[in-house]
Amino acid sequence: MKDLKDGGHLLRLAAVFVVVFVAFLIARAALVPKGFGKYGHYRPEALAEAMDKPLHYAGHEACADCHSDIVEVKSTGKHKGVNCESCHGPQEKHVEDPASVVPAKLEATSLCPRCHTANAAKPKNFPQVVPEDHSGGVACDTCHKPHSPVIEADTAEVKK
Amino acid sequence: MSMTRRHFLLLTAVAAAAWDSIIAGTPEAASSYNASNHWYGMLINIEECIGCGSCVRACQLENNVPDGFYRTWVERYHIEDWQVESPTVDSPDGGKNGFPELKETGGKNFFVPKLCNHCADSPCTQVCPVGATFHTPDGVVLVDSKYCLGCRYCIQACPYGCRFLNPTTNTAEKCSLCYHRITKGLTTACCENCPTGARQLVDFKNPKDPIHEFLKTHSVQVLKPYMATKAKVDYYGLDGSVR
Repeated sequence: MKDLKDGGHLLRLAAVFVVVFVAFLIARAALVPKGFGKYGHYRPEALAEAMDKPLHYAGHEACADCHSDIVEVKSTGKHKGVNCESCHGPQEKHVEDPASVVPAKLEATSLCPRCHTANAAKPKNFPQVVPEDHSGGVACDTCHKPHSPVIEADTAEVKK
Repeated sequence: MSMTRRHFLLLTAVAAAAWDSIIAGTPEAASSYNASNHWYGMLINIEECIGCGSCVRACQLENNVPDGFYRTWVERYHIEDWQVESPTVDSPDGGKNGFPELKETGGKNFFVPKLCNHCADSPCTQVCPVGATFHTPDGVVLVDSKYCLGCRYCIQACPYGCRFLNPTTNTAEKCSLCYHRITKGLTTACCENCPTGARQLVDFKNPKDPIHEFLKTHSVQVLKPYMATKAKVDYYGLDGSVR
């Protein structure tokens, strides 16, 4: 310790540095989430949390597993690109438990105009009507079957 | 051997390194989904959009989006003849319940669905002071709501207005590109429910994705290309007046 004869102030300064450094380490350990920076500048658990959010819409492939008859009717008609849940609403609960969760019946008078009400901003080749003029309040599914809505195709389907 | 200051300082450095590796923890088991094999975006075909609002309703139900806030929404553009530079834009309830017919007739009218562009160079992630918003390895910009401070920097930074502060959690919120769905092999809620196929989830890293064939024969545009955000939502048939 002979070398540090006049170095007491250096030792005290070093002690302050050490205390600050240890305090920094403790604070860092407490504040930085576990594994932060493993994949990038974020909490790695956030990825799994985002993946684990619950589903509400099961997806059309889940519907087709059981309702292949309807998918077949639909595949030849104008509504072939319209997925089931687009009209029937989110059905993940029905997929999980088909017996007790039964999808609600749909109301064509309010459902069909959602897409087919005439609007100047809609593409010109999209079939659109002014519902009051077109049917005068008669439900759309009286004439058009929603899974294959063209009327000719529809009567052929009924005859089968 | 007595401990000299030199030894003590060296030991502190070693201890710090060891401590760092202890708090990093052991890596968790990898799931079957490999994010590095995907690079997600979306293709929106303006000429197919009928403004029915199915995407907005589906998004709200799938992601529990509070009323009055939108992770995706639909805008209607009305452009009078000779007024190309100043379009009239409306989006009642984000287009959730469709659009009433316009009073003005004529001109050019079309719908523009909007959502987070999942920019590869996103301004929102750059401004986050804590790393609560980030890029996933498959190109999705997410918000870590457990780590978000609610400082709103990202909301200001987004040039597309895609972010909002969730009034119940007081954290920033935005489109997650239905990360819980796409990592399970499903499409997003908005694409699943679009009746005309105007919205298509795209995986740019999948060689079988129809986007590659589409891009060979069609010109697409992103919103605000001058912002150099490398947006990954491609619009087909986008009008020059769209901001």
